[in-house]
Amino acid sequence: MFPTSWAEFHRRLILNFIEKDRWHYLVQGVLSTLRITFFACLLGIAIGVVVAIIRASHDKNAATMRRGMPRIFLKIVNGICKVYLTVIRGTPVVVQLFIMVLVIFSSQDKTFTAILAFGINSGAYVAEIIRSGIMSIDKGQFEAGRSLGFNYIQTMRYIILPQAFKNVLPALANEFIVLLKETSVAGYVGVEDLTRGGQKILGTTFDPLFVYIAIAGIYLTLVMFFTWLVGKLERRLQSSDH
Amino acid sequence: MTTDVIIEVKNLQKHFRGGTIRALDGVDAQIHRGEVVVVIGPSGSGKSTFLRCLNLLEHPTGGTVTFEGHDITDPKANINLHRQKMGMVFQHFNLFPHMTILKNLTLAPMKLLGKSQKEAEDIAMSLLERVGLHDRASAYPSQLSGGQKQRIAIVRALCMNPEVMLFDEPTSALDPEMVGEVLDVMKQLANDGMTMVVVTHEMGFAREVGDRVIFMAEGKIVEENLPNVIFSSPQEERTQSFLAKVL
Repeated sequence: MFPTSWAEFHRRLILNFIEKDRWHYLVQGVLSTLRITFFACLLGIAIGVVVAIIRASHDKNAATMRRGMPRIFLKIVNGICKVYLTVIRGTPVVVQLFIMVLVIFSSQDKTFTAILAFGINSGAYVAEIIRSGIMSIDKGQFEAGRSLGFNYIQTMRYIILPQAFKNVLPALANEFIVLLKETSVAGYVGVEDLTRGGQKILGTTFDPLFVYIAIAGIYLTLVMFFTWLVGKLERRLQSSDH
Repeated sequence: MTTDVIIEVKNLQKHFRGGTIRALDGVDAQIHRGEVVVVIGPSGSGKSTFLRCLNLLEHPTGGTVTFEGHDITDPKANINLHRQKMGMVFQHFNLFPHMTILKNLTLAPMKLLGKSQKEAEDIAMSLLERVGLHDRASAYPSQLSGGQKQRIAIVRALCMNPEVMLFDEPTSALDPEMVGEVLDVMKQLANDGMTMVVVTHEMGFAREVGDRVIFMAEGKIVEENLPNVIFSSPQEERTQSFLAKVL
């Protein structure tokens, strides 16, 4: 199992990664993993912002709104959002992925399907993060925006969301990192991501120790890189207002 | 002072918990163009609620508010357009902390009045000059003192060129030594003929700058009159006992 000499270590390194350019599987896998994570993250934020605004608007305003169509509409869309959050957060992402592939997009491109599944999944978590960000903004900010004549959406866009985003940036970054690691199950439905790429090498070299440690090392490097990037971004945002 | 009515309030009601709490219990008032109306009263008297109903930050449960001839409590009224003409200053300033002072001042004129960045900045800078803060244009709100923040908040409202300014206890959150600088700006504004409704505990300001003083208690207007009349010979017992405590 474990190499007992440098010579063996060297030999297995070459066998697993250099011979027949097997490292290509890993590089292609990393690119695929990053592609899925990136677009799923964008989709997740898009869904998350919309759901968060609806949920926060409902929780803040429904009780004091005048009776009528806007209030009924808000209650209905809020109900839909709640169902979405409950279903997505209450079921495993692998199962959601299978359902997405088998039932909903059986004939579509696998990577696209994975992006959709992970994006919709991530959206639920992002929504709750952003909602907590919106709820944490002092209501005086909202009143100041409205008193100047901004409508509800404009106040959200120019005043509330920028501050909310800043407050929840660490949590969002964490969600991105979780998502990056979660995409490792995409191989189950035939997407050639990093984990799957490694398993392909494994299929010819039968050396799980080297392969899995290499995969783990690559994930860890990616995560550390993004953590560093977010830290930099956070410091820059902080210096802009203090 | 002209007799042109800019805001008319009729039988204003604000109830909470199905009517068990009556923050406003039938308030009638008129605000005339160019007038400075000061609203005083004990805490919980409904004076802030009254002010916040004037631009519908608080939705009244009954009665009407008419602004420049439009019933703004009508659900069909475009409240956002009316609010552009009603500047508001808050107890806790509520500046936008993620923007520079200049951006705080130019955001609404640019997005809502369609002013160019240069136009909006020129207006902002000349107003900043008037309150003596033009050198802080590129600072962030967190870098300012309370008194400076409140002066900026006043300028932010003025940048929209409003018809009326509403002040909700503008000096209550300030350290005592900063109250003067904010009141000076408000005085200057009153001298320029701005229509103002001011909820405050600053009796000196009410007496000196106010054209009319409204005394409220338990959601009702108890007494209103010229400042020197209210302060020297209040008619109602409620007013007398309140003034005896605060003067």
